[in-house]
Amino acid sequence: MSILTTAGILYVLISESAGFFSQVSLVEFFTDTEWTPLFSEKHYGILPLLSGTLLTTAIAIAVALPIGLTVAIYLNQYASKKVRSTVKPLLEILAAVPTVVYGYFALMVVTPFLQKIFPEMAGFNALSAGIVMGIMIIPIISSLSEDALFAVPRSLREASYGMGATRFQTSFKVLVPAASSGIIVSVILAISRAIGETMIVAIAAGQQPNFTFNPLVPIETITTYIVQVSMGDVEHGSLGYQTIFAAGITLFAFTFILNNISFWVKKKYQEKYE
Amino acid sequence: MSDGIKHRRPLSDFSLGDKPGVNWNRVKDKAFRYFGIFCTAFGLIALAIFLMDIVIRGIGRINWSFLSGMPSYLPEKAGILPAITGTLWVLVLTAIISIPIGVAAGIFLEEYGKKNRLARIIEINIANLAGVPSIIYGLLGLEIFSRMFGMGNSILAGSSTLALLILPVIIVATRESIKAVPGSLREASFGLGASKWQTIWMQVLPASSGGIVTGVILALSRAMGETAPLIIVGALAFVPFVPDSPMDEFTVMPIQIFNWVSRPQQGFIINSAAAIIVLLLVTFVMNGVALYFRNRWQKRVKW
Repeated sequence: MSILTTAGILYVLISESAGFFSQVSLVEFFTDTEWTPLFSEKHYGILPLLSGTLLTTAIAIAVALPIGLTVAIYLNQYASKKVRSTVKPLLEILAAVPTVVYGYFALMVVTPFLQKIFPEMAGFNALSAGIVMGIMIIPIISSLSEDALFAVPRSLREASYGMGATRFQTSFKVLVPAASSGIIVSVILAISRAIGETMIVAIAAGQQPNFTFNPLVPIETITTYIVQVSMGDVEHGSLGYQTIFAAGITLFAFTFILNNISFWVKKKYQEKYE
Repeated sequence: MSDGIKHRRPLSDFSLGDKPGVNWNRVKDKAFRYFGIFCTAFGLIALAIFLMDIVIRGIGRINWSFLSGMPSYLPEKAGILPAITGTLWVLVLTAIISIPIGVAAGIFLEEYGKKNRLARIIEINIANLAGVPSIIYGLLGLEIFSRMFGMGNSILAGSSTLALLILPVIIVATRESIKAVPGSLREASFGLGASKWQTIWMQVLPASSGGIVTGVILALSRAMGETAPLIIVGALAFVPFVPDSPMDEFTVMPIQIFNWVSRPQQGFIINSAAAIIVLLLVTFVMNGVALYFRNRWQKRVKW
């Protein structure tokens, strides 16, 4: 069944995007800096959608990595057992909230707040979508990293304390390096989640494919574009319809590669400890 | 392990032969503790602010006519009945499709599957599927269920798509909880002359049911919050009727929220906040039930 699903995904993406790439060359797809398949003057350059996706993802990771890792270390090294067993499930609530709700937060709460700091900021922008996405993926990083820290052999900690190291020194000089592969896996999974995230960016980041890395203006991500086309009336079988599969295969390639890297890191790490 | 550490505080916590002046290592240690508390609080406070904003904005809008009304172009008259019934339909159908397949696949892989190359490939594959963005499943559903199987924009097409999406979660949860059943239980059952099937059906499954139920509820609550795949498959934003068969067109709560939040009028924003309260309430209740099952299961079963 799982093999069938994978085969199905690959078949659908490849067969539909083959139709697309028979009419649009790969060179144009990867080098054109405009993406306007739905306008009368058509351009098929994925770069603006890619830049939008990477921008929101980068902001999300910039928020989630320091906070998530600090939370993991705090819960593992400093917090009492009681605090740890209450806070961890509480933080995991963050991951259970439907993403459309986060979209609402980004648009209605975070953007108005940020507009007080950056008055020139547009109503739809990459910054607030990215920040909210970051909050959403904190639990992925904090939970998985905490598990990795937890798995570090106790003898290593004891040795470090025995040398007179503080918790802080033990954390950063012994535990984090020892658990680094687990932490890397958590970050890769978080990135892959952020790249594929749809509703937050569809609601709060806008629907204008701009080739820019300015976080204050509206952008469009790959996922938003797919949603935008699906909501409109695009004829089945047309080139416009096929664009969403071309965009989809790009997205799939990214997350597929990231997932495999994380799998590979995990495997190497397990071998090291057993 | 961390609780073990707690009894043995690091040497640096004690003032052994303190030199006069400030011990910067200890200052850093203290500072990081507060930074840790701050970061932990950050996520929780953000969550609290969000929830408060939603409740303040939306609570006044929740009344019977909102829950039982049809959508409308006038925000004050709009209701969420089609969205609620749509969500229910989708959830029930998704459960009917995904639970038997997922649990059966989990049992097969864990109890019958051999540990060979194929099994490893399947395992990697399932892990990979769990990482595929949900919107890709939407594209799959659109092409396979809606077009090839001719289901169109129906509830059935949406549920089938969501079932595929949560299958990996159910399979993994089933395998994990079956794995937790100790071998001695199986041996005892075999020793009494039970067949493999009897052992699985009468011993292993009841013993692992807590974990499976938890996994299934969490997976369904995830399916309920999914928006993107259903938009791709063609769920509608404006459905002025209550769907009454799996082949009907439909909308669900998250799509209704998405639709309202994308409108400029303040009235619709308030509506979306109110709908979010309803959606979150159901999500949290489902998660709470799952947590309850997990705890009860863990407490009851001590091998």
